[in-house]
Amino acid sequence: MTQTATTGATSATAGDRLLEVENLTVKFPTADGLVNAVTDLSYGVARGKTLGIVGESGSGKSVSSMAVLGLHDPKRSRIEGSIRIDGQEVVGLSESRLRQIRGNSAAMIFQDALASLHPFYRVGAQLAEAYAAHHPRTSKRDCRRKAVEMLDLVGIPQPDRRVDDFPHQFSGGMRQRAMIAMGLINDPALLIADEPTTALDVTVQAQILDLLGDLQREFDSAIIIITHDLGVIAEMADDVLVMYAGRAVEYGPTRELLTHPEMPYTWGLLSSVPDITADSEARLIPIPGNPPSLLNLPSGCSFHPRCVHSDKVPGDLCRTEVPDLSPGGRGTGHLKRCHLADPEAIYASEVLPEIAPDLVDHPDTPDQPTGDRTAGEQPTGETGQERR
Amino acid sequence: MFAFVVKRLLSGVLVLAVISVSIFVLFWYGPRSPAQGLCDRRTNNRCTDEFLADLEQSLGYNNPMLSEFGKYVGGIFAGREIDLGNTTVECAAPCLGLSYSTFVPVFDELVARLPATVSLAVGASVIILLVGVTSGVMAARRRGTVADKALVSATLIMSSIPYVLFALLAALYLNIVNEVFPQAGYTPLTENPAAWLTGLLLPWLALGLYNSTQYTRFSRGAMIEALNEDYIRTAKAKGLDTRTVTIRHGLRAALVPIVTIFGIDFAFLLAGTIFTEIIFGVPGVGRWGLEAIRIEDLPVVQATVLFGAIVVVLANITVDVLYSVLDPRVRIS
Repeated sequence: MTQTATTGATSATAGDRLLEVENLTVKFPTADGLVNAVTDLSYGVARGKTLGIVGESGSGKSVSSMAVLGLHDPKRSRIEGSIRIDGQEVVGLSESRLRQIRGNSAAMIFQDALASLHPFYRVGAQLAEAYAAHHPRTSKRDCRRKAVEMLDLVGIPQPDRRVDDFPHQFSGGMRQRAMIAMGLINDPALLIADEPTTALDVTVQAQILDLLGDLQREFDSAIIIITHDLGVIAEMADDVLVMYAGRAVEYGPTRELLTHPEMPYTWGLLSSVPDITADSEARLIPIPGNPPSLLNLPSGCSFHPRCVHSDKVPGDLCRTEVPDLSPGGRGTGHLKRCHLADPEAIYASEVLPEIAPDLVDHPDTPDQPTGDRTAGEQPTGETGQERR
Repeated sequence: MFAFVVKRLLSGVLVLAVISVSIFVLFWYGPRSPAQGLCDRRTNNRCTDEFLADLEQSLGYNNPMLSEFGKYVGGIFAGREIDLGNTTVECAAPCLGLSYSTFVPVFDELVARLPATVSLAVGASVIILLVGVTSGVMAARRRGTVADKALVSATLIMSSIPYVLFALLAALYLNIVNEVFPQAGYTPLTENPAAWLTGLLLPWLALGLYNSTQYTRFSRGAMIEALNEDYIRTAKAKGLDTRTVTIRHGLRAALVPIVTIFGIDFAFLLAGTIFTEIIFGVPGVGRWGLEAIRIEDLPVVQATVLFGAIVVVLANITVDVLYSVLDPRVRIS
């Protein structure tokens, strides 16, 4: 995949964004108390662009994107803020209006395609059903023809025969292809892929990501890719949103954010990515501690109990005050939620030498300090060749 | 599939053979002479040892058990003539012997009583499935609400009443004291369909509603499990309406365990709904079998036991085959 993002500003400006999420807050009332799954989240994606959302389990990645399709039971959730798809407000929309959007202008594909496809219906029937839901006048035969066409498009061999297979007769990669075919069958403007490659082995992962990229170019869809794999982000995403405990903690163009991360949590994520080509002295440094309980978020910055750099912030600021998501020292397109005054200096002097010592010795390439840590930071042409 | 069915049928035949031998052993070596009941009835409870010995001789209880068992099995496949001392009775295949009380071939009596039992079982099953599964699905859709909790509590209360009491109260208050329902009873369907329907209405409702409570809870559980599956989320994300998601995707998945349980339950209903038949006066297989035990009509007891075993064996095979039809992942071999 190529990196088209321009450094210094998120690739989409407010005007041409297909999806616009503003101050989204999702809470679930439970017997134990109120779960703050997503707090004050804002992001946007333009047509033809890809936003990557990263974070640990329970950081609110999936919850926020399910809210985009209105998939949360209104009786069991409290959703505030605004979600607009192509100008249409989704929050508070009636169930019947939501149904017209789901699978039509905005579709979602899920991880674990085996569990996400109905085990008792043929793959083709499930695809045809998705098409028929938004084309009520189309005959059964035409829906089936459309299903075969989509299976062919995503690279299922002998699609006219495999259309009558059950999901369990498909391989893992084929099932995920079928899921993608189902997601794209109504030519959605927005596709949300929730960890689409998590259950797949590495070679199949690369194929699926290639496929998503190819289809995106063909359909000019906006894609949100939810993952905890920074390699996927580096390869696919134009912009990255890092989430922690339901909040956006860093947001910016992929290349900018991966090369000049300004939030200790993002540093932690980068530090815990293994790299087989890196110097063997590079260390994998796990983030200490566990994600906080969403029932009872820590005071101040949610990350402070796990943050090894909080002592560099004067006073009790990290414990008492939630930092704003605001531009750091690298322009208005790169937002971070951190009290640290000079994160770049700390990253260069304390973090980089630990995780990529071989890079610190070459001060003449300061713009690519983590050059070979993840694929996306490599020069564009090389990345593309390597993936072929 | 075919090989599976043949294999299961063969093992079913083995089960039936073991059961019929067991019944013979019970009759032969039980604490009481197998001819005692018949002797008592013939002599108005003044049975003498000589008459008892005569009866044992003529009924073949003095011959080796295995040779008599051979005759019995032979009769099932080829029919046989049964010597009653003064007369011989032709008992055509499948011959299950003669009733000790009516001296009519047992098989003919079984066939005569079957329509009543089948009518009762099928009608009650329709109510069980309609009421049980529908209310279970509705409760699952509203799980956690007051309506859901009320429904589950109601089914628990109903299940904790013994069925005999439930059916007796229904007969007493809805039929005898207040004539809410038409007088219960059995008229063959072929004779008078309207009378068949009205006569069986109350027994159907009693049997069906009582047993549906278990299906309410069971379907509710199966539906809740199904509705939590990932493919339900996929179905919603496709933009399908709630009804399609619930029925075509949710209930379709929940149906597999429901069908499994129902297959076996239906077999037990067919094998004889003794209380219902007695309380509502339906002349079916269950009532016949119970009466046979009371009057020691051994061939009838044997026939009802065998019939029950056959129904249960067949129901098990049907359920296994249905399982592979309902769930394409199951390939039986």
